[in-house]
Amino acid sequence: MNKHVNNVAAETTDLSRRSFLVGTAATGLVLGYAGVPGIGEAIAAPSSFEPSVWYAIAPDGLVTVTCGKADMGQHIASTMAQIVAEELGAKWSDMRVNLASNDPRFNDPVLGAQITGGSWSTMMNFDAMSRAGAAGRMALTEGAAATMGVPASELVVRDSMISHPKSKKQMSFADVVKSGKATKTFTPDQLKAIKLKTPDQYTMIGVSVPQLDIPSKTNGTAKYGIDVMLPGMAYGAVVTPPVRFGATVKSVDDSAAKKVPGFIKAVTLDDKTGSTSGWVVAVANTYANAKKAAAALKVAYDGGPNAKVSSETLLDEAKRLQKLEDSGQFFVKDGDPNAAFGTAAKVLEAEYTTSINIHAPMEPMNATAEFKGDILHIYSGNQFATRSGAIAAGAAGIDPKFVVMHQMWLGGGFGRRLDADMMVPAVQAAKAIGKPVKVIYTRENDMTMDYSRPLTYQKVKAGVDGDGKLIALSHDVVSAWPTARWGIPDFLSPSVDKKGPLDAFTVNGADFFYTVPNHYVRAIKNEMAHNATPSGQLRSVAPGWTFWAIESMIDEIAAAAGKDPAQFRIALLDGKGKNDGGAQRLRNTLLAAMGLSGYGTRQLPKGEGMGVACVSSQERATASWTACVAHVAVAASGEVTVKKLTVATDVGTQVHPDNIRAQVEGAALWGLSLAMYEKATLKDGGIEQTNFDSYTPLRMSQMPEVAVAVIANGEKATGVGEPAVTVVAPAIGNAIFNASGARVRALPITAEAVKGAMKA
Amino acid sequence: MPTLTINGRSMPVDAANDTPLLWAIREQLQMTGTKFGCGAGLCGACTVHVNGEAVRSCQTMVGDVAGKKITTIEGLAPKGDHPLQKAWIAEQVPQCGYCQSGQIMQAASLLAKNPNPTKDEVVAHMDGNLCRCMTYSRIQKAIMRAATEMRTASATSSERRPT
Repeated sequence: MNKHVNNVAAETTDLSRRSFLVGTAATGLVLGYAGVPGIGEAIAAPSSFEPSVWYAIAPDGLVTVTCGKADMGQHIASTMAQIVAEELGAKWSDMRVNLASNDPRFNDPVLGAQITGGSWSTMMNFDAMSRAGAAGRMALTEGAAATMGVPASELVVRDSMISHPKSKKQMSFADVVKSGKATKTFTPDQLKAIKLKTPDQYTMIGVSVPQLDIPSKTNGTAKYGIDVMLPGMAYGAVVTPPVRFGATVKSVDDSAAKKVPGFIKAVTLDDKTGSTSGWVVAVANTYANAKKAAAALKVAYDGGPNAKVSSETLLDEAKRLQKLEDSGQFFVKDGDPNAAFGTAAKVLEAEYTTSINIHAPMEPMNATAEFKGDILHIYSGNQFATRSGAIAAGAAGIDPKFVVMHQMWLGGGFGRRLDADMMVPAVQAAKAIGKPVKVIYTRENDMTMDYSRPLTYQKVKAGVDGDGKLIALSHDVVSAWPTARWGIPDFLSPSVDKKGPLDAFTVNGADFFYTVPNHYVRAIKNEMAHNATPSGQLRSVAPGWTFWAIESMIDEIAAAAGKDPAQFRIALLDGKGKNDGGAQRLRNTLLAAMGLSGYGTRQLPKGEGMGVACVSSQERATASWTACVAHVAVAASGEVTVKKLTVATDVGTQVHPDNIRAQVEGAALWGLSLAMYEKATLKDGGIEQTNFDSYTPLRMSQMPEVAVAVIANGEKATGVGEPAVTVVAPAIGNAIFNASGARVRALPITAEAVKGAMKA
Repeated sequence: MPTLTINGRSMPVDAANDTPLLWAIREQLQMTGTKFGCGAGLCGACTVHVNGEAVRSCQTMVGDVAGKKITTIEGLAPKGDHPLQKAWIAEQVPQCGYCQSGQIMQAASLLAKNPNPTKDEVVAHMDGNLCRCMTYSRIQKAIMRAATEMRTASATSSERRPT
């Protein structure tokens, strides 16, 4: 075993969140003084100073921060470096970043695992990175004080220099590291006691420093998983069955494949991790030959239990389940909506749906596996190294502690790379041929085997009193349960009615910040969809559909009550009880978006309208606050043109203002793309869309004007990668209603649906 | 064994004539800046120049480009300092960055012919290049910035030219 593997504690095999948290207490914030030089090293060149697992300062003064989060374009590695640099006092041009392996030392200090999602990274790592930076500064300062012979308290640290203004002495970080005098250590309690800077003292936080990864992404040098090259490596192309999940391979005829030059072997996967079903890998000396061989393989399948399932049958099943009184579990159970409906002046009911959606990051799924001695090395850009390492181990039939995950830049993640299916063909092909193998999905594999955003069906019933006040809301959400598939019990949440755990990642957002005295939310698992279309977390996850239903329904209620939809929301965001704080922040974002868009200030031309929506994504406990005003034009044909999206978001504290704008704009355009352009369908158990001709994310020509207002009010930093995705679809739907009177309730929105709703 | 002229160098590649240029560049020559996105000419991630024209290398066979001048992102400018690359950094365009080599190569073929494009011309020229992070507005800004810089540079150099 190598040194790295010795460090991998048993917790990688136990994926429960509870053990992660225990593991965090034991190891998360402990500063590992790996850089303490031995005698031999002390005589040799001075070694780097590693004040924390999170970064090292080399004798040349360069500070390399190791990022334990997956960087998929949100520039989180650079952000971590920025937070460290603030407290450390390092010069930005001295900062470098490195991507962490799956060594548990690099686990998220709050989550206790390596998982990237939920717009959690900045909020959950801000404190730990700040303390790590501060500890380094204190150690360097004490080292410098000893050398200079002055009190540490008189030293000033700025731009990687430690100076003593009285004597005009100064030392660079490099000088102190070379001196070997930075030796102070911190216990976890001492770390916790460090007094961090207050926002008025910030010199780096809030500054749009150049992102450290960007130059390498303009000249072709950034290395993604697909770019990994190992000596003696072979390539694998996968052959996947026509059914998304549940098919098995009956036979493989490789006689034609054997005639392809460079063909090595066809490997039928034996996947006990349940990540794939019925897959074969064609292995060859080049990827082009592997693809040719894959095309030449004749594979016979048993289609399995899902071979007849279609989008229609999934929706029918969802409707059937929703009608059953004992379906599902309660996520919210406040008051008694059913009783309140009896006294309500008006009751509204509506069904909302969203289609299957595909992640389709630009870098197709891939992984490279290499067995070296006892160790399995995996090279792949991945959002969930802790689980993916375990899946790779499962595919290899070894203990997860023998797996080293080498993180790469991610060519898009969006939640797709939380899943680990790509590990299985790479590992089993490498094992079968005794050489490293890089498996690359074709775009067709990538689309048809996506862990998609599930098809969802929601039924919402609302009751208003004689004053037009919302007094009762009952909300059923029926979908596949993406998180239940992980097999990690503590990622599920207890149900309010104690009917067993539910997947909160299907209902988050439905526990909104509006004050509604009688409020039920029921999470209903569509087992048929769960089995036939194994689902995943797609950028913003549940709020991508729950707010589609809620924010459309709130508009419908406002219209029925004859009230302005924005003012109606503001009244509901009264901040009473459990909504105190959050509701007011959300109200303020709505006001900001209204102001920036000119909502209600002018008469729009006929056929045009504005619509509002406001959301708290992702979970209530980790909420951030976002509102949108969409301005659309609707033609008589039902054709919708989105003219402008105005998004306001309250991020608490801005680490990097320019990056926040980039993320919010990208997220808003994702929201638009999901609202108008992206639809996948299931037929005979298989996803019908195979490439960008039939699954069609937003292109440049479809981009409207996007205006972004960022509110930084000094609260803690929130996440920004996701919330703006969720707010756009309901804002557009509501704008369409305002412009044309057509209420649409299915995503994506089509011209046919709009025209049909106009007539109704 | 076909020989390719890539970024000004002659390179033999061990690949059949019907091998997509993309895979010869990436695997045989180990220049991985050119990306695989769709394999069908639908996304633009694999864009390179052949005799100055932007082409999809996933749809271009090795046998068809022998003797032609091929340029990849690695060869666009010797130090990675093409005005577009500088503009991409100035505008902080990339998020995940995976599509950006293709975006830059596609944009370079526009500016080579049209030093002063309108926004509509930029959109028409770039619409075949998908960016899943949706960095489109920054791509547009960066192209306009680079175009301005290139025009200024060429105006300056022509002013200095002795008459």
